[in-house]
Amino acid sequence: MKHINKNQIKQDRWQTRTSGGNLVDKLQAYRDLHAHALFSSLGRLIASPFASVMTIVVLSVAISLASGFYILVANLQQLTGNLEASNQISLFLRDEVSNAKAHSLADSIRQNQGVQEVKLITKEQALEEFQAYSGFGEAVKALEKNPLPFVIQVLPKNSLENKQAIEALLENLKQETEVDFAQMDMQWVARLQSIMDVARRGVRSLSLLLGVGVLFITGNTIRLELHNRHDEVVIAKLVGATDGFIRRPFLYSGFWMGFFSGVAAWFIVTTTMLILKQPVEKLSGLYDGAFHILFLGFTETLALLAISSVLGMAGSWMVLHFQLQKLKPE
Amino acid sequence: MQRPLLMHCLSKTKIAMLKFDNVSMRYPEVGDVLRNVSFHLQHGEMAFLTGHSGAGKSTLLKLIPVIERCSRGQVLLDGQNLNKARNRQIPYIRRKVGLIFQDYKLLQDRTVFDNVALPLVIAGYGHNEISRRVRASLDKVGLLGKEKKYPVTLSGGEQQRVGIARAVVNKPPMILADEPTGNLDPELSAEIMHLFEQFQQVGVTVLIATHDISLITQMNHRVLKLDHGQLIAS
Repeated sequence: MKHINKNQIKQDRWQTRTSGGNLVDKLQAYRDLHAHALFSSLGRLIASPFASVMTIVVLSVAISLASGFYILVANLQQLTGNLEASNQISLFLRDEVSNAKAHSLADSIRQNQGVQEVKLITKEQALEEFQAYSGFGEAVKALEKNPLPFVIQVLPKNSLENKQAIEALLENLKQETEVDFAQMDMQWVARLQSIMDVARRGVRSLSLLLGVGVLFITGNTIRLELHNRHDEVVIAKLVGATDGFIRRPFLYSGFWMGFFSGVAAWFIVTTTMLILKQPVEKLSGLYDGAFHILFLGFTETLALLAISSVLGMAGSWMVLHFQLQKLKPE
Repeated sequence: MQRPLLMHCLSKTKIAMLKFDNVSMRYPEVGDVLRNVSFHLQHGEMAFLTGHSGAGKSTLLKLIPVIERCSRGQVLLDGQNLNKARNRQIPYIRRKVGLIFQDYKLLQDRTVFDNVALPLVIAGYGHNEISRRVRASLDKVGLLGKEKKYPVTLSGGEQQRVGIARAVVNKPPMILADEPTGNLDPELSAEIMHLFEQFQQVGVTVLIATHDISLITQMNHRVLKLDHGQLIAS
């Protein structure tokens, strides 16, 4: 007993020296650990450039596909955004309809209760407009006779609220003998807009799919790294490392891979847009010239980098969570 | 706030550093590896664990840092029941036990300094504290001045001393060594054993698994002998 007590006192002396370090030191040590993990994982990426570049290229292709489609849809939307859905009805009259008949038809439609406004576009006006805006001015001049019909544009009353009434009006107008062809403008705008909706949704699902791909590619890369550093992980576990400690450098590896892939994807998308810029603007110049190509903006770039970094970290976390549970020292 | 020293000592002496209570270990493929093993080690005690190959020495040692959990009975480390320890508590249990291996288990791509510093980095010590303690620990095992060397450039005896420095750098109350001299010649082995005695003298509980009978008989310490999983002498 006496012997033990003596030893106990020695033990206490040995132990009192262990409980050193105040809060400031601990916080500093914690910060140092993170800084070390951040830079050592970057160093490890650089130390094996070929493997890192391969992974980052694969990841950045996936990310740039998603962001490229996103910006493509944003551009198309810009193109169609100016077109507001209106319920205007266009009546194309038969070729043989005379000027007087066209005017009298326009007048009679104007009497209709459901009609707010009627505008008659004569053959001559239509031709002028076509020559000015279509880009086929010279070709039209070569024609012997004006191929364009009279058009009556009808704007229904309370157009948006009463869809059935408009449909009825359209049916009525179609019955007129002078009318060759009646068309509600809203239909094609609505169709275009639903096509855009489909495209937007498609891009969203595609992005989700590519995001999952990024998650698993990073996960697999981290799994390989974990495998390569198996001994180190086992030794760290044996000397009392928590899973959090072991995870940290791998999470930072995932972060760097995601981040660099994001940067590379930004370059891929921006370069592609730059290549497209000139022909698109030339094309746009042939029409009204109102269209300017959209690039990834500041917020979008930040979001791109943030999402790819988070995906990288999430991918490695996912793998570490399962692998570290399985891993037993020795 | 200071507790009277005597009371402190008394309260601690009641709890053994390590207590095995009817511990059995069964692997489904192998069968019983340990059978009803009971013993305890007081604080600051040094003991050898011996027995033929496959007697269960390594298995017994694995139960203490919870590398394995026993099938029956209980293991208490400093009063804590290891069977009931949650997985997230295990790292903190391991910090109480300095482990030494036959194959040293050093990181070959890290310097001696970094190897020894690992437990302190893990425990979250500051840079200066780590540096001071690693030096003190290397001084203890006689390797001061070799901090910047890589393990491969050292002899077997030196590598094992790096392993020992790493095990004690965090000043754990207990040291476990599994065949620490298995790869060393008798002279080096005696040196290593002498080191362990020095740690015991400052109050560390030491348990060494070895089948080196000649070494054990030279030293006057308690011997726990395992035979086919049963403790036949303690």
